[in-house]
Amino acid sequence: MTFVRPARRVLIAAASMSALFVAAACGGGGGGGAPAGGGTSAAAADFTKQGDTEWWTGKDLSGNNKNLVDQFNAQHPNGKVILHELPNQADQQRQQMIQNTQIKNPKMGILEMDVVWTAEFAAKGYAEAMPPDTSTEGMLKATVDAATYFGKLYGLPSTSDGGLLYYRKDLLDKYGIAAAPTTFDEMKAACDKIQAGEKNDKLGCYAGQFDKYEGLTVNFDEAVHGAGGVIVGDDGKPNVATPEATKGLQTLTDWFKDGHIPAAAITWQEPQSQVAFTKGNLIFLRNWGYVYALNQKKDGSSAVVGKFDVAPLPGIIGPGVSSLGGHTKAIAKYAENKGTALDFLKFISSPEAQKSNTLATSQSPVLESLYSDPDLVKKYPFLPTQLKSIQTAKPRPKAVEYGDVTLAIQDAAYGALQGQTQPDAALQALQAKLQTLIK
Amino acid sequence: MATATAEPRSLPATEGDGHKHKKNALSDGQGRLAWMLLAPTLIVIFVVAGIPVAMSIRESFFQTNSGVDPTTGLIAAGDKFVGLQNFTDIFKGQNPVTGSYGTMDRFWNAFLNTTFITIVCVILETIIGVAMALIMAKAFRGRGVVRAGILVPWAIPTIVSALMWKLIFDANGVMNKIIGKQILWLADSGASFWAIVIADTWKTAAFIGLLTLAGLGTIPAEVYEAAKVDGATTWQQFVRITLPMVKPTLVVAVLFRTLDTLRMFDLPYGMIGAGKYRVETLSVFSYQEAAQSRYGPAAAYAIILFIYVLVVAYLFVRILGADVIGDADVAKKKKKKKGDEEPAGPPATALEMAGGAH
Repeated sequence: MTFVRPARRVLIAAASMSALFVAAACGGGGGGGAPAGGGTSAAAADFTKQGDTEWWTGKDLSGNNKNLVDQFNAQHPNGKVILHELPNQADQQRQQMIQNTQIKNPKMGILEMDVVWTAEFAAKGYAEAMPPDTSTEGMLKATVDAATYFGKLYGLPSTSDGGLLYYRKDLLDKYGIAAAPTTFDEMKAACDKIQAGEKNDKLGCYAGQFDKYEGLTVNFDEAVHGAGGVIVGDDGKPNVATPEATKGLQTLTDWFKDGHIPAAAITWQEPQSQVAFTKGNLIFLRNWGYVYALNQKKDGSSAVVGKFDVAPLPGIIGPGVSSLGGHTKAIAKYAENKGTALDFLKFISSPEAQKSNTLATSQSPVLESLYSDPDLVKKYPFLPTQLKSIQTAKPRPKAVEYGDVTLAIQDAAYGALQGQTQPDAALQALQAKLQTLIK
Repeated sequence: MATATAEPRSLPATEGDGHKHKKNALSDGQGRLAWMLLAPTLIVIFVVAGIPVAMSIRESFFQTNSGVDPTTGLIAAGDKFVGLQNFTDIFKGQNPVTGSYGTMDRFWNAFLNTTFITIVCVILETIIGVAMALIMAKAFRGRGVVRAGILVPWAIPTIVSALMWKLIFDANGVMNKIIGKQILWLADSGASFWAIVIADTWKTAAFIGLLTLAGLGTIPAEVYEAAKVDGATTWQQFVRITLPMVKPTLVVAVLFRTLDTLRMFDLPYGMIGAGKYRVETLSVFSYQEAAQSRYGPAAAYAIILFIYVLVVAYLFVRILGADVIGDADVAKKKKKKKGDEEPAGPPATALEMAGGAH
């Protein structure tokens, strides 16, 4: 060390120390970049090896995951499935799965994939392609498509979901509106009639999820499809700068402007929009199936028990189109005991497991036959409507860099909904961006 | 760094005992002992900070493969060396976003957010913190309760306070009820910026307050008595006596806050959410890039933030003379020999105070 004034040297050293920890802390997230799992390695996976393996999934909110694992383990002595719980946020689940692929964790056996992760997990080699003889008989086509990438199946669908229109049947009846609206125009007319009669400032017309997160992508996607547009065409090329797509986004923007969608909805995710409806402050709500049970809760938390019903989503021209939700279970690339993992996937998609899971969690099954199962329909009267929603549902864009794609969509939609950009300009910018992301 | 910690303690000893020809305190036996005693700490620092930083720097020169095979749809594994491209890409504006400052590259947007949030927060925290300290320094009943109470926000983990403020700033939350109109704080608007500032100031003004309070305690009462005799007003006393004498402590407190705020992550991410460009800081941006498996660029941004923090810290030390370790004592003792007038009782070092405050 050269002999600078000691005081200065001490200070500089101390300051750089504190700065150092910044980089170390940040680097922790960014560093450790072992090469991603090889997508090109052609070695065939061994689907015979039995032994204990872990099921990586989000928090077991209903407690039913444990039941499923126990049932499987009881009838499968030569290899057990161990429940490995991850945080509740999908982003964090995804990150942990990616990190554990990078360190080739052999214990990570079964991955609970969101439907939109398929392309990324397949292309980057996080998930193993299923054996060619895997049967998807009786499963909803949309869910199987969502688990397919370049003609290969990467996992078995385990739950599905579609958007539903929750509506205040009591109010519609009161004002002589015979049926739930099938288009946005009908919905607007119904709202105007009801709001004029009710004279209740707090009673909003319609809301979905418009905060800047995955829910906005879903709602935008539905608006575009409901207006006859697409985000990505059947040929796999982005095609969102069209008059149809613009009409979809324009409609949502107009509804925000004239107050048919409450201004606060720009900050709403699923729970906030659900609370607004459950408290009786909304006439129409777009949400998923799980909201049904919350609206029917008889512990005083719901003001709409027995006063609401569900219908398929309304469209902007013609009937609405839902975005497809749900989960696929995939086998991790570096799982040691893929035989046990495969057996568990088959077990989960069996009618018995599907039925017990729906009964316990209200998650929609992937087997079409169960939507008319008397026990299930008795407990969840919305299931037949849900089936229609899922059968016509469109997947969100399939992209390897899905995170970039969904952020680009959110950028465009959020700016337009807040009135910062014109819908057509926003969609042209989105089209340009998507062309660089989806090739 | 070893010398950094070792020197202040050993210097006074060598000064007085006739070994003045020895310029370096490390060359005597005590230095070697100090090295040995410090070795475990140094090894830990090397392992938990040195290696990750070195790996981050290495990582910032690489990019993950991204080309999709057109027949199988798969991506070849591995990453490739790209030199400084992750750094030079910042200037190409490939990723324009629209935030509070118009449309610009996402990196620069985050850089400006980081800078402005830091400036506004630290100024407000300093003013409020000093005010808190002045109040707490007064002798009144229940002073202990006030001091403890002021610490409560500081004790709450930031991510918890982020979620707490998220409820307060909700469209139907307490804040809007109080001000009587609906401001959409969480909607990535201009108000989001102020929501961050309010939440951060609420949490950390107390930190500056407590450090300043410790500094105030070292100002001898005679000085104020003399000022009163001379007819100085309260304002004059504050500007001419309190501020200059509390400055060494205050500057260190402000330095710590500045370094901390530059790294801000929890509040924007936890309260406002990801992808909201009006409050996206460099830490959040870097995290988001890493989440997209772009570890190279993410590491590059983290390193730029690291350098930025380093430069700010250095400027603080050079311009404001922040005395982080407390060897101003040593300097003062030297001066004393020359017969300088010094107030009685050397002020406690900032670090000792900070240690006491935690």
